[in-house]
Amino acid sequence: MPKSVCVITEFREGKFRRVSFEVASEGRRIADALGAHLCAIVIGSGVTEKASELGAYGVETVYVTDDPALEHYLTETYVTVTAAIIKECDPAVVILPASVNGKDLGARLAARLEVGLAQDCVEVICDKGTIKAKWPIFAGKCFAWSEWTEGTIPFISCRPNVMDCLMPDETKKPSVEVIKVPIPEARSRVQRVDLDTSGKIELTEANIIISGGRGMKDASNYAMLEELAALLGAAVGASRAAVDSGWRPHSDQVGQTGKVVNPNLYIAVGISGAIQHLAGMGSSKFIVAVNKDSDAPIFSKADYGVVADLFQFVPAFTEEVRKYKATCS
Amino acid sequence: MNIVVMLKQTPDTESVIRIASNGKSIVADDLKWIINPYDEFALEAALRLKEKHGGKVSIVSYGPQRVVEAIRTALAMGADDAVLIDDPVLAEGDLLGAVKAMSAAVKELNPDIICSGARAVDYDQAQRGAMMAEFLGWPHLALAVSLESDGTKVTIKRPIEGGNVTLEASLPALVTFGGSHSIWNPRYASLPGIMKAKKKPLAMKSLTDLGLNPAEFGGNSAKILITALEPPPQRPAGRILNGDLELEGKASELVRALHEEARVI
Repeated sequence: MPKSVCVITEFREGKFRRVSFEVASEGRRIADALGAHLCAIVIGSGVTEKASELGAYGVETVYVTDDPALEHYLTETYVTVTAAIIKECDPAVVILPASVNGKDLGARLAARLEVGLAQDCVEVICDKGTIKAKWPIFAGKCFAWSEWTEGTIPFISCRPNVMDCLMPDETKKPSVEVIKVPIPEARSRVQRVDLDTSGKIELTEANIIISGGRGMKDASNYAMLEELAALLGAAVGASRAAVDSGWRPHSDQVGQTGKVVNPNLYIAVGISGAIQHLAGMGSSKFIVAVNKDSDAPIFSKADYGVVADLFQFVPAFTEEVRKYKATCS
Repeated sequence: MNIVVMLKQTPDTESVIRIASNGKSIVADDLKWIINPYDEFALEAALRLKEKHGGKVSIVSYGPQRVVEAIRTALAMGADDAVLIDDPVLAEGDLLGAVKAMSAAVKELNPDIICSGARAVDYDQAQRGAMMAEFLGWPHLALAVSLESDGTKVTIKRPIEGGNVTLEASLPALVTFGGSHSIWNPRYASLPGIMKAKKKPLAMKSLTDLGLNPAEFGGNSAKILITALEPPPQRPAGRILNGDLELEGKASELVRALHEEARVI
């Protein structure tokens, strides 16, 4: 009989990152399918009092290691502490976020515990007691299903923004167990953390993305996209051509070399749609393409295509969105 | 400074990917192969370290003989020597096994720093570097978009969601590279480089050559296996907003469609 499903959460700046609730919810679904108990691991500094929030997403036991030395994510310390707690809860399946830090943590844990990790999964199923997980390969040009061999614990990291959160039930309170783990000496250290306080939305976590490509012609023209993005609560992305031209920072690049995104709405402006870009945004729920070349490959992926000069269309569209927003408020 | 670059050969990012008849691998016959772009960034960073501190850059890779082409390119760019672990047993196994085999090859080279891509653009598992660091008991600085080293320690900048972290480690350490072409701007192989590369040492090794027992690798030892590949879901055909409309008409029609049909705004 399976013992438990264990989820690893992510805590930053005094609160859980949303992806923590996504993995807890996914963990709940798998635990229900296996008839298993759901436990969660919370580590960091000042995390104890927030730990019980996970109960709302179906977590029954929360294991907490709270230590000032764990304030920032550091592979060496986090892996040691997480591995120690995993041994404590003896799980049948481990689920964690495929966030920047989660991917690093998961991979090193897999090596330390000699288990198999499927990274960046978008679907996890329990088929007659067998766990199967699916993840995009070649940046979404194809998908792989993986299974685990007999006697190994499936480790699965889930792509942020994909797994549905359960409707939180605040009345549910988990048991919270504080676990003391000696924090190992590390040879690496966090020198500084610079968080963007401008309120800019992270591409991989955005519901709406507006991306500009070669057709934008110049860095200054992105102001137009920024304005529209501010109205829609969107993030601004870019194609490789735009980043290579120095118009946008590399952190905005969407594509096979860059970020793979999956927003509800992706608006591609002046992007022709090279296959490596299509790979990075093809799983968006709705895609709008604005391009003056009606033969641009991007139109083959678009739900809605607009053949127009972007320098005329974007301001007109922004104005219409402004009018529409005014009627909503 | 002894520098090792872990390098993987991957299909070109412009490739169209088709599923093979076995349902669990891709059709590889007509693919164009390249150095995994993120490994190319790692190689560029490694070559710059060598230019600054001296020493040598060694390539460690695994895979069939087609990988030689990628290795020769790396040697032409300026790497000094290479090891290719070509053992069919590894192809049957999982990443954990492959990295274990590579760690045996890496240990023989006694590096001060190991550089590799944060991920490969094929199976995109982002595990190789972290696993190697674990097998060596080294710090791992992941997803570097900048790198500085004075020869005793290494400092990187790493983007996280909504910010940046600056990390530092004493050597020996392993660094995996993120970023983009615009950041690393990897050099092209020069013609003299290409000529010289043909004579640079490239050692072929099997698991036995590395002192490893093949019975502990391959399918029997794999923890995780790909059991099926599946094409991405087909998108229903989209529509081009009425070309007869004036600009304002198209704009308001798009707002209407996104609100009423797609319900995304």
